[in-house]
Amino acid sequence: MTLNTAATRITYREAVKQAIREALLADPRTFLMGEDVGKYGGCFAVSKGLLAEFGEERIRDTPLSESGFVGAGIGAAMGGMRPIVEIMTVNFSLLAADQIVNTAATVCHMSGGQFAVPVVIRMATGAGRQLAAQHSHSLEAWYAHVPGLRVVVPATIDDARGMLRAALASPDPVLIFEPASLYNMEGELTEASGRADLSTARVHRAGRDVSLITYGASLWRCAAAADELVAAGVDAEIIDLRTLRPLDDATILDSVRRTRRAVIVDEGWRSGGISAEIAMRIVEQGFYDLDAPIARVCTEEVPLPYPKHLEDAALPNPARIVATVQRMFAHAD
Amino acid sequence: MTSLPAGLTRERGLQLLREMLRIRQFESRCAELYSAGSIRGFMHLYDGEEAIAVGVMQVLGPQDAIVSTYREHGHAIARGIAMGPLMAELFGKRTGCSGGRGGSMHIFDARTRFYGGNAIVGGGLPLAVGLALAEKMQQRPGVAACFFGEGAAAEGEFHESLNLAALWRLPVLFLCENNLYAMGTALARSEAETDIHVKAASYGLRSAAVDGMDVFAVEDAVRVAAEHARTGAGPAFLELRTYRFRAHSMFDAQLYRDKAEIEQWQKRGPLITLTTQLKATGLMTEDDYQRLLREADAEVAEAVAFAEESAWEPVEDLLRHVYAEAPPS
Repeated sequence: MTLNTAATRITYREAVKQAIREALLADPRTFLMGEDVGKYGGCFAVSKGLLAEFGEERIRDTPLSESGFVGAGIGAAMGGMRPIVEIMTVNFSLLAADQIVNTAATVCHMSGGQFAVPVVIRMATGAGRQLAAQHSHSLEAWYAHVPGLRVVVPATIDDARGMLRAALASPDPVLIFEPASLYNMEGELTEASGRADLSTARVHRAGRDVSLITYGASLWRCAAAADELVAAGVDAEIIDLRTLRPLDDATILDSVRRTRRAVIVDEGWRSGGISAEIAMRIVEQGFYDLDAPIARVCTEEVPLPYPKHLEDAALPNPARIVATVQRMFAHAD
Repeated sequence: MTSLPAGLTRERGLQLLREMLRIRQFESRCAELYSAGSIRGFMHLYDGEEAIAVGVMQVLGPQDAIVSTYREHGHAIARGIAMGPLMAELFGKRTGCSGGRGGSMHIFDARTRFYGGNAIVGGGLPLAVGLALAEKMQQRPGVAACFFGEGAAAEGEFHESLNLAALWRLPVLFLCENNLYAMGTALARSEAETDIHVKAASYGLRSAAVDGMDVFAVEDAVRVAAEHARTGAGPAFLELRTYRFRAHSMFDAQLYRDKAEIEQWQKRGPLITLTTQLKATGLMTEDDYQRLLREADAEVAEAVAFAEESAWEPVEDLLRHVYAEAPPS
């Protein structure tokens, strides 16, 4: 997780903020709106200072009306603007699900391509801060179910900046899920952030023996697990999916064909989750390349509990990932 | 019966009646075509509410944006969407104004800034707020006119949108078509406060109730409201009191209301009222009326022929328009 100590070393939070700021400077059609993005500085402090720099017109505090202001963002996008709408957490986004699923995702299609909806909707996702069962869930897969949306989850400093930039350049509604546990993560911002796209996965760590397929905060759980696995003689490859819709089948399958083993690590629940979708695509396209059944490490099937020891036990962690991989090899003979 | 406005010209009177007749005749034909199987899905007719669409559209200009509902044939025709592409849309043909993808409930037309029939009750209101925000932020003169039924007043999006529009003083015209029934639920069975405009006024915006059966009353009220919104004074809300003469959709046996009630409202229907008034004052003859009717029927017949002759979209195109094919301007 920690990278070099260079001059461009920043936090994930700063990387997102930098992307917002660059967009506001570059395009007069862009503005930010959401709950507490202005005076308060953003509930995760992402937009701190932007109100002073850009003013009330372009940094808009909204009432607690998720459906109202997300819908307004969609309407503004259809009316020629390039809004960035911030929702505090994915749990709150359910109050705006009508606008996201019934309007943003459908207008282009229902209008026969006459209207596009170039809106960017950002929200925090995920657990790890003892916020219990209404602020901690990972529901991005629900949105990834819906044609018409683009769903991305930046896990790195480069992507935190680069994918927002790419999202603003997209003519389609883009949902950006920012893992809340990563906002304080520090790392180096590199030139690669300028090349981020919204459709490809990335090999985060090359390896020969098993593919750990993951996204978001679980990328770093996999990275820790891969380090541990070295001692056990297992060389793990890590695929950072980056986008959940579209899924980059080619990168996933290319990796699995080389390692012949796949473990999917997903902070969402297992039942009906994106891990099932990924596993099925591997089965459909790479079944005969597999040397072992596909395995999954997901969040336990429970609303996230408050106490730390129970929250930790519910979430994917390096120990569970390592154990899953080792079981896979134990059965190899 | 209210009287005609002083100084009404024959030309103006006939024009308003013509517009309402075009809608009525178009939809009468739609009902037949539905029974014949040419139109499928859900279809909601506007019969009885024509004075609202026509009154509103007299005031709105090409710079203004329209957000509509699933009962939007009347809005679309009054807005100037040609009947051919409209009927083709109902048929699901590729020449339809939404390319056939939407059907009766989802009429879109970029040329006239018609941002769709929205089939989620209340779902169009936030969209209109955003369109108005775009007008304001780009310093353009347009207003966003948003149609919805009184049933929407029970939805959270109604309240969120009125508050946001008033808070930001956005140029939104909230046009509540109160036809007294949310599908089959009478207003008094779903709202403790049945004066919707009173509810709306509590958000700090300009609000009034209007006789939605009187095209002149509608036009006058919308003119004042649009001027209010256009000049930066914030949103305006109109409760347009009306009645639908037909069933909610084509599947509705109307068990929830009395025939006598329907007949009472039909007596003061917008077309019969204006027709009677124009004849009584000598502004229109029976011949004039028959001519308007023939012209409307001819236009509808031409639209039906266009829809029937139009091709289906090839199945190979099924996955088009899920994502934008070109960047929006």
